[in-house]
Amino acid sequence: MIRRTLLKVCASTAMAAAVGLTMTLGAHAADTVKIGAVAPKTGPLAGGAVVTQWPNVELWVKQVNARGGLKLKDGQKKIELIEYDDKTNPAEHIKAVQRLATQDKVDFIVAPFGTGFNIAAAPIYAKYGYPQIAVSAISDKIEELTQRYPNLFFTLGTTTSFAEGVRDILVKMKNDGKIGNKIAMVNVADAFGIELADAARPLFKEAGFEIVYDKSYPLGTPDLSPVMKGAKASNPDAFVAWSYPPDTFALAEQAIIENLDVKAYYSAVATCFPAFGGKFGSKINGVLGAGGVNVSSDKMQAYRAAHKEITGKDADYWASANTYVSLQILEQAIEGVGSLDKEAVTQYIKDNTFDTIMGDIKFENQFSNKFWTVGQWQDGVFHGVSSVNVDGALPVIAKGGWN
Amino acid sequence: MDIFVSGLLLAGTYALIAMGLNLQYGVARIMNLANGEMIVLGALAAFWSFTAYQISPLVTLLVAVPLSFFGNWLIYKILLRPLVRRAKSQGQLEVDSILATFGISFALVGIMVSIHGAYFTYSFLANPIEILGTTVAQNRLVAFLIAVVIGACLFLWLRHTRSGTAVRAVAVNAESARLVGINVDRVSALTFALGGAIATAGGVLISTFITLDASIGVIFTMKALIIVIMGGVGDIRGAIIAALILGIVETAVATLVDPGLTLVAAYFIFLLVLLFRPQGLFGRRSV
Repeated sequence: MIRRTLLKVCASTAMAAAVGLTMTLGAHAADTVKIGAVAPKTGPLAGGAVVTQWPNVELWVKQVNARGGLKLKDGQKKIELIEYDDKTNPAEHIKAVQRLATQDKVDFIVAPFGTGFNIAAAPIYAKYGYPQIAVSAISDKIEELTQRYPNLFFTLGTTTSFAEGVRDILVKMKNDGKIGNKIAMVNVADAFGIELADAARPLFKEAGFEIVYDKSYPLGTPDLSPVMKGAKASNPDAFVAWSYPPDTFALAEQAIIENLDVKAYYSAVATCFPAFGGKFGSKINGVLGAGGVNVSSDKMQAYRAAHKEITGKDADYWASANTYVSLQILEQAIEGVGSLDKEAVTQYIKDNTFDTIMGDIKFENQFSNKFWTVGQWQDGVFHGVSSVNVDGALPVIAKGGWN
Repeated sequence: MDIFVSGLLLAGTYALIAMGLNLQYGVARIMNLANGEMIVLGALAAFWSFTAYQISPLVTLLVAVPLSFFGNWLIYKILLRPLVRRAKSQGQLEVDSILATFGISFALVGIMVSIHGAYFTYSFLANPIEILGTTVAQNRLVAFLIAVVIGACLFLWLRHTRSGTAVRAVAVNAESARLVGINVDRVSALTFALGGAIATAGGVLISTFITLDASIGVIFTMKALIIVIMGGVGDIRGAIIAALILGIVETAVATLVDPGLTLVAAYFIFLLVLLFRPQGLFGRRSV
């Protein structure tokens, strides 16, 4: 009975969706540009995607449509957005891209969310010839990947450059006499955390640091107090965590509970989330994290204000801006070419410089070497303090307790 | 001492996760795969009322638990009772209830995503307190104390009251319970509702120290399943003892060996229990 009812509900929903879809197709087929977007709305990565990825897609589409649409040779066309939830499952993602390409026949697709997804889905984007401007993807294999996939672009940096960013900040603090040379380092035991810890280990040692605590913990560990107690017992001058969102929050909470007395505290992903600042308030003043923005630039301020106004949410202090930049690049490339020719747009992205909220962006070998690596919470805002080729870094400060 | 105190607190968390499922599976015979979502729903309620109205999670608890009790009672009456009625055997009911609750879990995830898709994170009682020379978080301590109260109440109720005895009778054998005049249907519905309410209480408390999101429920369902199966289906003592073992062993391994090996240790113990006592620590051999 229940299953039958459920089936009926499913079937009628599917039919309603199909009817809705064909109706929008019928009405607009000739006069819109169709853009697809596939990213998690459920599953482990959803919590990050709804902060960093989805609001920017919404913001960009609304802004472009508000000014009348994309300017093409045969007139201005509004964007019609088609969204799918990949459920944080690569197989679902690939199916959705296939559907976008063959059934919805979209003109362009917003790149996936997450390193693994950008790499796993690259072949399917390449197969259908869609330019894939990857944002939330950090890898040391960028050269190899861009050679294999001529339509794949990277914008957020390499694994090594992130580890180097942290090293540079710690070296600077050591030279300024703010910290000693003992580092406690922990990482989440999955590809992201292991790669970064492996990249950081030799870099820290070469720079004259001693790693006094070096442990990993499984993803989703419910209690990180043994980790923090262990780190504290090793008596470090600096604490570095290559962490993911839930544990980034949990580690900071434990550090406060244990009163981990370090002058430099770094945690990776989600330190830049407004929710991180919202949760801990002034206690996390001086906390370092992955990412950063130059909030004093006019363009960035205008972007952050629009993000808040249109989506109702604050942009994060890192990849939100990069995600928006990738959409600006796509927009300018489509208008530059003046048509929806995917190959020409891809070539245009390779050959031109783009005027974005992060300044001029140009790709070399499909890689934009311009990104923030380390940011720091200073007086309620997460400012960039270390970058590769971005202006506006603030001087780093020493953490003065957890109050 | 560090290990003992921290382990005990972690065990409290695990007990909160598993006690509800233990009742639902042990008495109402519903293998509830939406148990994790009930936990997350509690967390969402706590997060939402705290961030929007600055209401303490402890106050939310007083509202969310009765609501969840009623909601779960409705779920049982409307969605699950038809399955119970038509099931010809225990096995068939298990398969049907797994499918139905799996579907319910999807619906709940969808609803929660539409309410708040990002992380449920806020700070409540995130202050240190000294116990037996160990620094612990106040929010974990509060959750532990409430877990102890819930566990003790359940145990005393099941052991020493007439209605508790009826619940245990249904857990042992529903057919025979019916023969001695127990209203099995009513007992099952109330126990299922009580299990859901306990899961929600767990969610409210856990959200004060673990950052959850709308789709994390399945992780809790898995952990609850391990604890329930380890402890023995249908015995609340089993769930509590299993939670204690897991909490202390995981903390000991994380402190003494390596935090990376906590999951290995937990599954190793689970494996040992399955090998040498497949009915669980307090389970009865099936006849």
